[in-house]
Amino acid sequence: MTDSVHFALSGQAIDPSVLQVAVRDPHCGGFASFEGWVRDHQDGRRVAFLEYEAYPALCAKEGTRILREAVERFGIRRASAVHRTGRLEIGEVAVWIGVSSAHRREALRACEWIIDEIKASLPVWKKETFADGAHEWVRCERCAQGHAHHEHARDGAHHHAP
Amino acid sequence: MKIVVHHFAVLRERVGADAETYETDSVASPGLSDPAALWRAVEARHGLGIDPASFAVAVNDGVSGWDHPLSDGDEVVFLPPVSGGGR
Repeated sequence: MTDSVHFALSGQAIDPSVLQVAVRDPHCGGFASFEGWVRDHQDGRRVAFLEYEAYPALCAKEGTRILREAVERFGIRRASAVHRTGRLEIGEVAVWIGVSSAHRREALRACEWIIDEIKASLPVWKKETFADGAHEWVRCERCAQGHAHHEHARDGAHHHAP
Repeated sequence: MKIVVHHFAVLRERVGADAETYETDSVASPGLSDPAALWRAVEARHGLGIDPASFAVAVNDGVSGWDHPLSDGDEVVFLPPVSGGGR
């Protein structure tokens, strides 16, 4: 029997119909999936596209840990998750999660738990570029404030170097 | 003692490199004794002005503590707040 959990990063478009095959199991009567899509707006601003950057070695560990823990917690049979990296256009699948289990309830609950865990602890970072050309790393707005300070400091160092 | 720091996302952009090396003459140097000290060295080199309170740290591809003792050859990543899976 193949491993009950599968986690991957993908630089290419995610095809849910292909991924679903990996969680098919004759023991299972329930399948639940979640897809996170790239949305065209955020906080009232028009989004042009997104970029995701991942820390691959830690993603492999964390992703597998999350899926194994879901199998333990909910008694599901199989769990798979794939997260995109690179540039994504509006409407593309950013993350796909699929869970199969003997009955529907644990599959549904596990699926929601897995996406919450992925959002909380998978080392993946999202950069939003807006229609007006502005861009920012999500949840690191204070780092961006530091950026302005940094540029100023670096310019100063160039001008005043002996 | 030599530590390699790998950078991702906002830190990679701010530093302008996806990896860099930090070295001290003495193995017992307090300068790179743990990730907290190493972060101060990164700040000193690049003047980032970032408060790392919301950051995590990984040593040799495992999540670690800021006071985890570093050894020669360790590879360290400072992790900005994650934002995968949509918002």
